[in-house]
Amino acid sequence: MLMTNFILVLVVLTNLKLLGSSRLGASIRVVAAQGVVLGFLPVLAHWHELSVRFALLAVGTIIIKGIVFPWFLFRAVREAEVTREIEPYVGYVASLVWGVVALGVSFWMCTRLPMPEDIASPWLTPVAFFSIFAGLFLIVSRKRAVNQVLGFLVLENGIYTFGVGVAARTPLLVEAGVLLDVFVAVFVMGITIFHINREFDHIDVDRLSTLKDS
Amino acid sequence: MNALSFIPLLLALVLSPLLFGVINRTKALFAGRHGQPLLQTYFDLWKLLQKGAVYSRTTTWLFRAGPLVGLASALAAATLIPLGNCPALIEFPGDFLLFAGLLGLMRFFTVTAALDTGSSFEGMGASREVFFSALTEPALLVAFVTLARQTGQLSLSTMLEPGSGAHWLHAGPVLGLVVVALMIVLLAENARIPVDDPNTHLELTMIHEVMVLDHGGPDLAFILYGAALKLWLFAALIVGILLPATGNLWLDLLLATGGMFVVVVAVGVIESIMARLRLVVVPQLLVGAGALAAVAFLLGLI
Repeated sequence: MLMTNFILVLVVLTNLKLLGSSRLGASIRVVAAQGVVLGFLPVLAHWHELSVRFALLAVGTIIIKGIVFPWFLFRAVREAEVTREIEPYVGYVASLVWGVVALGVSFWMCTRLPMPEDIASPWLTPVAFFSIFAGLFLIVSRKRAVNQVLGFLVLENGIYTFGVGVAARTPLLVEAGVLLDVFVAVFVMGITIFHINREFDHIDVDRLSTLKDS
Repeated sequence: MNALSFIPLLLALVLSPLLFGVINRTKALFAGRHGQPLLQTYFDLWKLLQKGAVYSRTTTWLFRAGPLVGLASALAAATLIPLGNCPALIEFPGDFLLFAGLLGLMRFFTVTAALDTGSSFEGMGASREVFFSALTEPALLVAFVTLARQTGQLSLSTMLEPGSGAHWLHAGPVLGLVVVALMIVLLAENARIPVDDPNTHLELTMIHEVMVLDHGGPDLAFILYGAALKLWLFAALIVGILLPATGNLWLDLLLATGGMFVVVVAVGVIESIMARLRLVVVPQLLVGAGALAAVAFLLGLI
């Protein structure tokens, strides 16, 4: 219970850090740290009914989110030769304030949702919703493609958090499938960033909309 | 009110200038220097009080009122802060708002005195001070509200009473976030390094020091003593939240006084290992402190 709460607070703090930071390298590391920390969540949340299944899930999550994704994204950043987000649609201070408001909304929403009794921590659902909001916000408010991939990962982390707490009885196959989906998505996005960069010399998504086919 | 409640005030009055000495010694240790004497601030105060004051003909009574009101507010705020298990001299429900208000009054008069000189440098410092404090005050108040909510008390004396160890197991993350937020507020309000450099002598980058350039003699002594008291008060807030109770009144008091020096050693370490932030990044840090306090408040709700 105590460790679960600690992990959830870390997730909130990493999300806020992502909303307020402009350096892509630091953001990638923060998302990796968030993935590793979340990897321990299923083990801790179901401590009393620990089985091989949860251990496998934890190890898989930590390897994919903590090692493979950061490696891919660092490679993409290096190939594209960008180090920081420039002029996002919403500024960093405004993003932070928005993050706090989103956290408040998540807490309010979760007082309205009917929840099963055996949920691991009262903070779990609000934090999951907050991750989803923060991820969506990163996707729409940043211009760099790498940051949007990170937003997608945070969004997925939110869904994962929710799944760990609420649906303890999901089959391993479903969870492994979700992890595989995300893996493929990030793989494709990493390659896409590389190709966009090679064709157009930048990965500024804003400027892609002005491309014409002639 | 009992005789014990005079102890926190007396300790603050006597020991607060020592805090600057401890910070300077910590920094000197990191830099490999010997450093100034621990009692340097007392010597400085004594020296300044011996001197006469010089007033520019362009200044009005506001310039002379600044240091006086500043010190008076700091003294009044010091009567509201408990230490260890000793309650504060004055306590009533909602006194944390008065505490924040007195610090605001102190700042207001320092700023008006700075503007009264008509110097462009002092105006710049005043503008920065007001801008940054507009961001730290919400953080401070949200932190107070979170504490009030956690402890179910509305007075600083009962809010900062040493809790038991079980209290930390129960509300650890919330209290931890509040302490970090208050630490950032402490650094910003007392013009310490990530926000302002107390040793700099380049007017373009100074915030607090530049506002008091025209004060001298006893006035400067008042300002210096007021600043020491302010540092003591913020450190006392952090110590009050962190320290658990031991059960023995005098041991609690001793631990709390020792805790104050641990906090300022931490300030010295932060100053030694961090560079000053660029002025444009400072608002981000301060809004971050406010965000941490707000997160603590929200987490404390459930």
